[in-house]
Amino acid sequence: MFHKIHPDMNLAELVEKLNLSIFSGKEALSKPVTGGYTSDLLSDVMGHAGPGQVWITLQTHKNVVAIASLKELSAIILVKGYKPDDEMLSQSIAERIPVLGTTLETFEITGRVFMLLNRDNSD
Amino acid sequence: MHFEYHVEGGNFSQAGFTSSQVKKTLKQLNVDGDVIRRTVIALYEAEVNIVAHAYKGKIAVDIDPEKISILLDDEGPGIPDIQKAMEVGYSTATPQVREMGFGAGMGLSNMKNNSDRLDIDSVVGKGTRVMIINYFNPTR
Ligand SMILES: Nc1ncnc2c1ncn2[C@@H]1O[C@H](COP(=O)(O)OP(=O)(O)OP(=O)(O)O)[C@@H](O)[C@H]1O
Ligand SMILES: [Mg+2]
Repeated sequence: MFHKIHPDMNLAELVEKLNLSIFSGKEALSKPVTGGYTSDLLSDVMGHAGPGQVWITLQTHKNVVAIASLKELSAIILVKGYKPDDEMLSQSIAERIPVLGTTLETFEITGRVFMLLNRDNSD
Repeated sequence: MHFEYHVEGGNFSQAGFTSSQVKKTLKQLNVDGDVIRRTVIALYEAEVNIVAHAYKGKIAVDIDPEKISILLDDEGPGIPDIQKAMEVGYSTATPQVREMGFGAGMGLSNMKNNSDRLDIDSVVGKGTRVMIINYFNPTR
């Protein structure tokens, strides 16, 4: 069926298929991924992201982890080669929210995550 | 149950601490998941508004069998026009705060959308009081 989330998709598979780097949270990659949310506005994410989604952003500070944890997002993907700052990194370890990275631009990584999660399950 | 927390204006590294504590407590009490999610959104936005816009504040949380009541009381510049402040996109956040991704002007509307009752009182030059009430019985 089209537009169904792939039932078996977890972070590890996302990392492998999209060649993401892992800044933190290697041990939490078995978490399922229910979807994605792309935004650099924190109150937009606070209001509208859903549990289990990966958050695609260029924000690299610890408030991002605080929000991801409060919203029970599965992981954070930093775009364009951005790296988490030290506080973000330590907070992500404490909260078990993996911080992943890509060198792709926001548009491209969002498109790829979307295609992966929404691929046709019947084939 | 009664809890109190203190919030320091400008200290973004502590922002969300109260929300995270309250979330843990509500989970322990087996409160309905949707009620927890809504309460966390409303409280986080109110907490961050103290950090972003005020000098310091107190958060008092009361939980009884039917509801959670949260009173956020800050010393700060106050809000001259609350109706205008409620509009999505209205923000007086500084450029540094915006650079972090705050300051979209969505916080108050998130609070409105995620609370059963929201009361805001503000005195310009003194401070702002925000009251959030959410009921545990979602059918209410
Ligand atoms: N506690 C407060 N003290 C003083 N002013 C406030 C307070 N809370 C809100 N305001 C005013 O209301 C405006 C709108 O608040 P709102 O939370 O909707 O947006 P924001 O905080 O600017 O951005 P966002 O919440 O999207 O990160 C603020 O920019 C500020 O001018
Ligand atoms: Mg706000």
